[in-house]
Amino acid sequence: MSDTSDQLKGYRGRAREVLERMGARVWAEVEIETDKGIYEGIILPRAEQADDLHVVLKLFTGYNIGLAVDRIKSIKEKGFKEAHYKIPEQDFPYDPRKPNVTLLGTGGTIASRLDYRTGAVIPAFTPGELYGAVPELADICNLKTEKLFGVFSENMGPHEYITTAKAIGKEIEAGVDGIVIGHGTDTMHHTAAALTFMVQNPPVPIIIVGSQRSSDRPSSDAAFNLRCASNAAARGHIAEVMVCMFGPTSDTYNLLHRGTRVRKMHSSYRSTFRTISDIPVATCTPTEVKPLRKDFNPRRKDRQVKIDACFDDRVAIVYYYPAMKPDIIESLIDNGYKGIVIAGTGLGHVNKPLYEPLRKACRMGISVMMTVQTLWGYVQMFVYDTGRDLMELGIVPCSNMLPEVAYIKLGWVLAHTHEREEVAKMMLAPINEEITEREPHDGYLVFQGGLPEIKEFLKRGLR
Amino acid sequence: MDARGKKLIEGIDFDDREFYEKLGFKCGLEIHQQLDTEKKLFCHCPVGYRNDEPDAIILRHMRPTLSEMGTYDGTALMEFKTKKQVIYQLYRENVCTYEMDDTPPFPINQKALDYAIEIALMLNCQLVDEIHITRKQYLDGSIPTGFQRTAIIGVDGWIPYRGRKIRIQQLALEEDACREVEDKRHTIVFRTDRLSIPLVEIVTRPDMLTPHEAAEVDELLGRLLRASGRVRRGIGTVRQDVNVSINGSDRVEIKGVPRTPDIRALTHYEALRHKALLELKDELRKRGITTEDFKAEDHEVTDLLSNTSNPRLRALINKGEVIHAVNLKGWRELVRYETQPALTFADELAGRVRVIACLDQMPNIFVLDGRGEGLAVEAEEHLRKAVGAGKADALVLVWGPAEDAVTGAQEIAIRAKEATVGVPQESRQHMPDACRTDFERILPGPDRMYPDTDSPPVAISKERVARIQEITAPRPWEREERYSEMGIPEYLAADLAIHPNAGLFDRLADDTSLNPTLLAEALVQWQKAIKRDKRKVGLNINPPYEKSLESFFKTAADRETPRRALYYAFEKLLYGEDAEPPSPLPEDELKALCQGVVTEFKNVRYKTRELTLNFLVGEVIEQSQGRAEPDKTHFLLDSSL
Repeated sequence: MSDTSDQLKGYRGRAREVLERMGARVWAEVEIETDKGIYEGIILPRAEQADDLHVVLKLFTGYNIGLAVDRIKSIKEKGFKEAHYKIPEQDFPYDPRKPNVTLLGTGGTIASRLDYRTGAVIPAFTPGELYGAVPELADICNLKTEKLFGVFSENMGPHEYITTAKAIGKEIEAGVDGIVIGHGTDTMHHTAAALTFMVQNPPVPIIIVGSQRSSDRPSSDAAFNLRCASNAAARGHIAEVMVCMFGPTSDTYNLLHRGTRVRKMHSSYRSTFRTISDIPVATCTPTEVKPLRKDFNPRRKDRQVKIDACFDDRVAIVYYYPAMKPDIIESLIDNGYKGIVIAGTGLGHVNKPLYEPLRKACRMGISVMMTVQTLWGYVQMFVYDTGRDLMELGIVPCSNMLPEVAYIKLGWVLAHTHEREEVAKMMLAPINEEITEREPHDGYLVFQGGLPEIKEFLKRGLR
Repeated sequence: MDARGKKLIEGIDFDDREFYEKLGFKCGLEIHQQLDTEKKLFCHCPVGYRNDEPDAIILRHMRPTLSEMGTYDGTALMEFKTKKQVIYQLYRENVCTYEMDDTPPFPINQKALDYAIEIALMLNCQLVDEIHITRKQYLDGSIPTGFQRTAIIGVDGWIPYRGRKIRIQQLALEEDACREVEDKRHTIVFRTDRLSIPLVEIVTRPDMLTPHEAAEVDELLGRLLRASGRVRRGIGTVRQDVNVSINGSDRVEIKGVPRTPDIRALTHYEALRHKALLELKDELRKRGITTEDFKAEDHEVTDLLSNTSNPRLRALINKGEVIHAVNLKGWRELVRYETQPALTFADELAGRVRVIACLDQMPNIFVLDGRGEGLAVEAEEHLRKAVGAGKADALVLVWGPAEDAVTGAQEIAIRAKEATVGVPQESRQHMPDACRTDFERILPGPDRMYPDTDSPPVAISKERVARIQEITAPRPWEREERYSEMGIPEYLAADLAIHPNAGLFDRLADDTSLNPTLLAEALVQWQKAIKRDKRKVGLNINPPYEKSLESFFKTAADRETPRRALYYAFEKLLYGEDAEPPSPLPEDELKALCQGVVTEFKNVRYKTRELTLNFLVGEVIEQSQGRAEPDKTHFLLDSSL
């Protein structure tokens, strides 16, 4: 975050020395004389990672340039113009006829803007700021916001899951019609799984939303995502923990993905989230939610929700690769881990050299779960000898649970019991479709929107 | 330029210094020129033009964002008001996830950066020490990200013109935008093939004092770019915008001037438009209408006009659309104020309504001032009474779907109010006559620029600049001067100075004894003529590599190949044959050939002896396939005749 007291923000070493000597400061309107000529503009703060040889100047045309400090002969300050980088704030209108939605903020770019010059993230988060940035939200609902924390999604963890789950519980109790959670996209599916286990049988929609193009870009998906999510939370009839993100890369409709079946599948595409081994729960737009299936938990009037927020973080995922050595498993045993999720090859396999340490792990009471790194499809350990051998060692096949979901669930289960059999029982009893009994013929749709025939399928909605 | 345009430029002296000085005419240029790289600027897509069916389309919308100074840009807000659906046509071969804004940028194309530095050096620019890639917002949809990535490479350059310096404000390296395919109502369609091709944008200061000068400087900059050897050629690879202002007016940009000569008429008539708008402002003030006292009222009058006899209005009422009447208080007659030949202030209003309210079926407004436009005179009187419009007021009708009609009415009031200030800063497009202009959009300001957080700054090392300086082509005017000193005729020197083989010429002229004019003719004129001939019979000529051209002319210099023989050999070379320039015919063979020709044509006699001699010399040269040297042949024949 920015330190406003530093008049040479971001400058270090040689550059700082020169600027100090010349009595220059950031935000100053200056005339800089160099051996190449005179430049006029505003001195900007410098990114901390950048070198110490240049000063950044914003020209009056709006362009930024870097000048080598060693060329500078003099700097004349002619004015001072600190930027007030603030989203125009307006009171979020209240309409008693509209549903009430609470937006819980965890961080991420869904509703924030970068202060380019200090590198600080300025959240557009209060209802007033959000209204200033996305006024259409007022057509959908009455909005209340609560900032739980401001972390990037890679820094979300058990503590944050638990805090969020409890906050959801409170909001439900308070009678809200729906909940939206603003979240960075990288680990959105981990959080979605965690909240599914920690907030069971919710009476209202709990919609997790983010953006793949940050809201400081005109082409950002943030506003559309936020509108779709708010509508799904305010008026949607599906009361589950779901991720609401772009269907195709066009801004035409979003998909609602079940929290236990969703995964981020592209590092940068807008439509990065995909439901794996199944079809999404619904398509949605800022004005409607169209279910694609019938088996969802409907919205209820009651406030009966089970908040079960706990997590044992002594759990690891091991992504198996050929020639993996036993010491990987051994180090987990030595470091006191209580649960291991293996993402195995094919139907759920690892090589022979791992048998010994895995047997040891099981004997020591560590719960070892098998999932598949193919992501789509089921673990089936009866087909080959290898599988049968592994089950004999005490490894539990986790059906078609996704590796990340298995990791989250195992951490949650281990917070309830360390009894291996009990752990296995809980792991295999689905809370909300983290294991499904059957995979529909169209569950292996990598694209789910974008290709004409798939779009056609999605358009037909609930048949 | 159409027939009207031709009429409009008749008899105008576009270089009348006195006239334009009195106006306070000022003009600057912005030239956009694509660079000749294989790949695009921020991704690895091959550059390529497409006119076939797209492989896919995607749909997007744009929203304005705050600049780093914490303000919204005016254009951005205007574009947002238009609520456009933007459709992009994609091509698998030439467009990747970067162009469609689904992948962050790859590191900047270093070759493009080298080329831009090279051109900046040719323009005498001060290079920046570290380039900062900046986002320039464009909410018209022409770039899927909503901004163009651009970076200043050099500032404060100059080029010589008419004994003074035309200052170059800056040179930027940027990615090209999409090509617009269609823009109807609320949907705009773009083709993405051109998107992200590297280009340099050269901005001059407003140093051109007449329209003629603007056109000439544009031409000069075009020549410099060609001389660099680093730019793409062909339709659409270079585009120029021209900025115009006069005393008391703000800068207006004329976008996409089709041809350099059109700059003359377009800037001339734009300057006159400014003059008219400033006069209108004075006229308004005389009537007591200033920015503070400006009044406009918007009335929805659909019901009042339900019995109208105007078929268009009746049809739209039946469709459920609505009609608004904007009462511009005290504006009677002034809406008809002439701004350009056969255009009035009403066209300024119509332009805004067309673009911002997306009401693009013309006419999109009616001016009610008792002339019977749109409404019969009695109907107008009736309406005036109903909305409380007095005799001194002007009424403007606008119609369309409810939301658009409201936007249209607002825009009419906004534009009319701007008339009290003078000339609004706008981007304008040329009309088919290439003389007059029409509204395109509000001119964006510096508030639309913000740093690209996806790209690190790039330091430009001294070594890099030195390496580029080494290979930078001389400026065309430097070459021309040198060529003139060599005795090369002016027209030839001008063509040669920007010819792709100019560098080769310079080397050969320095290293060999070849006659510079002959060499220039061969490289410029012969090459062109031979290629043209060949194309006529449907053959393609692949230009020979510079290396083979170089050794060809070196051999010619060593062997002192006569001109005609050189031409024949050159022709063969261009056809792709293995041709070498021959030596002149040896003395004894030449003598024998002369003898033979004299005998062969002993009966051919022209009026004078000189003419006959010339004929025979020609014969000998032809029969020797050019190897006979003209002077020697002439001497031999002269003595044997």
